[in-house]
Amino acid sequence: MTQTHQAAPEAAPPAEPGGREARAAARRPSTDGAMVRRALIGSVTKLHPRVQARNPVVFVVLVGSVLTTVLFVRDLPGAPAAQNVFNGLVALFLWFTVLFANFAEAVAEGRGKAQAAALRAGRTATTARRRTFADTTEEVAATDLAVGDVCLVAAGRTIPGDGDVIEGVASVDESAVTGESAPVIRESGGDRSAVTGGTRVLSDEITVRITAPPGQTFLDRMITLVEGAERKKTPNEIALNILLAGMTAIFLLAVVTLQPFAVYSGAEQGPVVLVALLVCLIPTTIGALLSAIGIAGMDRMVQRNVLAVSGRAVEASGDVDTLLLDKTGTITLGDRQAGGLVPMPGVTDEELAAAAMAASRADETPEGRSIVEYVRQRYGSGSDTGIAGSEPVPFTAQTRMSGLDGEHAGIRKGASEAVRAWVEEQGGEAPEALDHAVARIAGSGGTPLAVARSGGGGARVLGVVHLMDVVKPGMRERFERMRAMGIRTVMVTGDNPRTAEAIAAEAGVDDFLAEARPEDKLALIRKEQSGGAMVAMTGDGTNDAPALAQADVGVAMNTGTQAAKEAGNMVDLDSDPTKLIEIVEVGKRLLITRGALTTFSIANDVAKYFAIIPAMFSGALPALDTLNIMGLSSAHSAILSAVVFNAVIIVALVPLSLRGVRFRAQTAAATLRRNLLIYGLGGLIAPFIGIKAIDTVLTALGVS
Amino acid sequence: MSGAAWSQSAALVAVLLATAPFLGRYMAKVYGGEGKAPGDRVFLPLERVVYRLCRVDPESEQRWTSYAISLLAFSFVSFLSVYALQRLQSVLPLNPVGLPGVDAHVAFNVAVSFMTNTNWQAYGGESTMSHLTQMAGLTVQNFVSAAAGMAVMAALIRGLARRRAATLGNFWVDLTRGAVRVLLPLSFVVAVVLAGLGVIQNFKGHTAVTTLEGATQLIPGGPAASQVAIKQLGSNGGGFFDMNSAHPFENSTALSNFVENWAILLIPFALAFTFGAMVRDKRQGRAVFGIMLTVWAAMSIGAMGLEAAGNPRLDAMGVDQSVAPDQSGGYLEGKEVRFGPAASGLWAASTTGTSNGSVNAMHDSFTPMGGGLAMTHMVFGEVSPGGVGVGLNGLLVMSVLAVFIAGLMVGRSPEYLGKKIQAAEMKLVMLYLLAMPAVLLGFSAASVLTESALASLNNAGPHGLSEILYGYASTANNNGSAFAGLDSGTVWYTTTMGLAMLVGRFFLIIPVLAIAGSMAAKQPAPATSGTLPTHTPLFGGLVVGVVVIVAGLTFLPALALGPIAEQLSL
Repeated sequence: MTQTHQAAPEAAPPAEPGGREARAAARRPSTDGAMVRRALIGSVTKLHPRVQARNPVVFVVLVGSVLTTVLFVRDLPGAPAAQNVFNGLVALFLWFTVLFANFAEAVAEGRGKAQAAALRAGRTATTARRRTFADTTEEVAATDLAVGDVCLVAAGRTIPGDGDVIEGVASVDESAVTGESAPVIRESGGDRSAVTGGTRVLSDEITVRITAPPGQTFLDRMITLVEGAERKKTPNEIALNILLAGMTAIFLLAVVTLQPFAVYSGAEQGPVVLVALLVCLIPTTIGALLSAIGIAGMDRMVQRNVLAVSGRAVEASGDVDTLLLDKTGTITLGDRQAGGLVPMPGVTDEELAAAAMAASRADETPEGRSIVEYVRQRYGSGSDTGIAGSEPVPFTAQTRMSGLDGEHAGIRKGASEAVRAWVEEQGGEAPEALDHAVARIAGSGGTPLAVARSGGGGARVLGVVHLMDVVKPGMRERFERMRAMGIRTVMVTGDNPRTAEAIAAEAGVDDFLAEARPEDKLALIRKEQSGGAMVAMTGDGTNDAPALAQADVGVAMNTGTQAAKEAGNMVDLDSDPTKLIEIVEVGKRLLITRGALTTFSIANDVAKYFAIIPAMFSGALPALDTLNIMGLSSAHSAILSAVVFNAVIIVALVPLSLRGVRFRAQTAAATLRRNLLIYGLGGLIAPFIGIKAIDTVLTALGVS
Repeated sequence: MSGAAWSQSAALVAVLLATAPFLGRYMAKVYGGEGKAPGDRVFLPLERVVYRLCRVDPESEQRWTSYAISLLAFSFVSFLSVYALQRLQSVLPLNPVGLPGVDAHVAFNVAVSFMTNTNWQAYGGESTMSHLTQMAGLTVQNFVSAAAGMAVMAALIRGLARRRAATLGNFWVDLTRGAVRVLLPLSFVVAVVLAGLGVIQNFKGHTAVTTLEGATQLIPGGPAASQVAIKQLGSNGGGFFDMNSAHPFENSTALSNFVENWAILLIPFALAFTFGAMVRDKRQGRAVFGIMLTVWAAMSIGAMGLEAAGNPRLDAMGVDQSVAPDQSGGYLEGKEVRFGPAASGLWAASTTGTSNGSVNAMHDSFTPMGGGLAMTHMVFGEVSPGGVGVGLNGLLVMSVLAVFIAGLMVGRSPEYLGKKIQAAEMKLVMLYLLAMPAVLLGFSAASVLTESALASLNNAGPHGLSEILYGYASTANNNGSAFAGLDSGTVWYTTTMGLAMLVGRFFLIIPVLAIAGSMAAKQPAPATSGTLPTHTPLFGGLVVGVVVIVAGLTFLPALALGPIAEQLSL
């Protein structure tokens, strides 16, 4: 059973192999010896009939195990030794079949349990400083807080419960929840006001209004989710269970009616043989691994730092037809970047570049840095403005400009009206070309920043910097993969349609929604759904909440508001909107694994018939020995080999069911062809080889 | 297989390819319900009379439940009328030979048999049934039980094609239109053609003739051509004579044999195209046709090959079994020399792949696996191409099952024609799949355990088991062909086989209607490159695989002890 060590953690997804994965890996307990030990204990404790009754296939095996054991014990005194060895081994391997099934589930649960334990360990008994009516504070246990209570949390203290910051701003260490050690800023008002119980304030003091009752905080829910304590069967799992139960019933019928036919043919079978046949035929492989596959699917989400509210949501993400992606932060970088310089008539490119760079040196905003970077790349850093002894002029909301002032000259960069006013103030005049350039850049969705220079008794406009949206690298390839998988991508943006179209074309999305208000997003989701499509989206703001709730897969950012987190059915702890694409792949992988192992399990039966039927009947009807195409050595060893194979294959497939079948971005037809070949055809052939090999070993051991 | 066998089957496929698509598209208009259908001027007035007489509002639509209740009510009335006609035929007119009333248990079996479109005959036609019983009872059922099966299919297709709909159509309208616009005109044409080819059509009783040897022989008469036409077209199969289409009065020449074989297959194959037209995706229809044709062709080639190869034990005795211009060749026991192993094997595959059940040779006398293939073809659930209507239903249910198992492998919840297959549908699919094996294996097992039931066997050993299995395979699948050699007229067999027929009909039809109702309410998802295509050869192969594996896993042990053991011991 050491094979479970092969259940290696997921390889990092191709997209972002950086820090996040490493963080997730650090929080993820490895499949170590202790976990395997726990799983082994779990395989035995799960033998309780109430646990077994949930799984009809394994339950039938359990009944078969008990039955064969009773028969073995009953016949022990009188039967010949060979018969006893056979009965005993069949009973033993039927027990193994049940235990292996339990083991698979226990291993899958093990990771989640270990994670939950780690989360619990990080949680300490906290007290809260609750504000009273008299406006004083009192110290109470965090567990005594009620929704609506207001608490003060000072630096170094743990936030006692989920809530909203109503006063103050503080840096908060949220590593207990996200695994991310860098602190985040939480402040009152806006979309960064939500704090999570169990996280720690590092600096300053904030006042928090509690929004979740104790025991139902985000951390509590997270523990419940990763632990799988409230795991319910998903819709597809239920349907699959019906198929498996139905097939079990059909095979029960086939085996029960076989005995009369056998009696008629003068080849009455012992009950141990009939039980062995039944267990080999019913779909034990998928029956044993089904719940492990589901748990592992949830676990794969957790490994990507995504918390799904239910397995149903994970499953739904595989069915997504349409992805709604916010432009800013998802498709484009969050901030605009310098993308061009437009000099005014009579100004050289170099002159403008040098001035723009000089004006941005002190500008620590991403836009400012992008201008410095842009100029350095194209013009080198040697250009000089010739302004000596300059002092930087910082940006203010009033002036809407930044720049520098020297002894005799100055440079300004900023909104075109502000720059124009500055130039005119000093007796200069803005050229007509400025209006043209500004209008053109604004019209294309970019942001124009005018650059001007004073000195020598006047001021003049040098030109305009074109700030534009920059599509994140690799997005086009990702969208192409989505398209290959049949998923439509829709970009949602507040930009005007012309701008939106340009960015949509550059990023390679299939469609876009321009000038979108939150209600437009909701309407778009409803429209897609009425056409039968399943829609996924991300959101963080309170005004995203209705759309998040309406979407089939709504992923809320962890940095988002409480309302958003409650409306969606997943929370991304990394607050990375591009994660949606990975979420879809995790969902697909889960469904593919189920389908592949179901197909494999059913295809296996063909070989088992070729082992067992001749073994059962070639004594009475020698002609049927022709069907023994594997050349199995004896009737007993043929049946035993099939039973052993049936048990061992479960353990052999545990790693695959935990890891999941690989998913490639390709059309459904190509995926089907590939998986049918591997799991359908492979499922037909593998047991022929496996059973023959086991028969050879059994014969060599002299077992039969 | 001889050249004659290949050319016969090729000609049959060619004629089917030339005729089935046309008929399929025509039937799509008959059941499509929207706008005009060809022949409205002739048929509409006729239908209006029927609707007025039966007080049916042709515009009103039914949910699946009332559709099912209508069908059950209609079937019950049909059962009663056929039962009454048989019991009272001695006092009713058109009984020239003066036949007595039929025994109660046989009458029950026959009434169930014809009402369920099985046409299992636990009686000899010419020696048991009066002309009135044949015409007003059996022939009427030949039409309406077939039309009822097609109506259910129309409801299922509508369920798959409609979006967010509550209703599936109107059973009474579908029943009427199927009978009036499809079965009646087609059987009229086929009856005339068959009569022209020598199949008898008269109202005579027995004619006494003196043979060349001077003995007196009674030659039966009757309206055979008209019944034979609908018997083949409507997947009925109940012969006018005991020998069915092996009788020269029912099937006179090689050419009439070809026409009848074509008539057996025509509507079931055409319905594939009806399906494609009604779901507005011709590729789906062609795929279904391809699946049906593949399985049917494989079984035909197998049966023809086995029968042409003959019996190895005869070879050992120096008998020449080769097919040659001057001899039919092959394994000729129980076959008509007129037809030989090729036409007999082709027919055997056709009659068991549909739920037809008429025979032109005795399947009991086939080589063990030749008979075994006929049995296997039935336990596939009769989907290749299946009985009129019910065959397509079966294939669509198998497609749903294939989609469910394999659809997951593309990484989406399984969907067929854009509609999700969920727990509710899977329950019904499993009910559908369980019903037939339950009665088939259950009653067969009970029979081999019962002394009196075993007494009905003519053969011991594996062949005896084959006879029992075949009888229940035929009745549980509403086929109706018989493996002679089993005296099925006993109380045990008439009763249990009657029950098998009822289960095989209604425990399949009602889940199908429920699936239709559940699918109709769904909103289909748009087809993208991420959805499982159900019109490709790959998917077709998958459905064939599912049909073969499901039946194989269920029936292989039983078949191994019957035909397989017998064949391997030759």
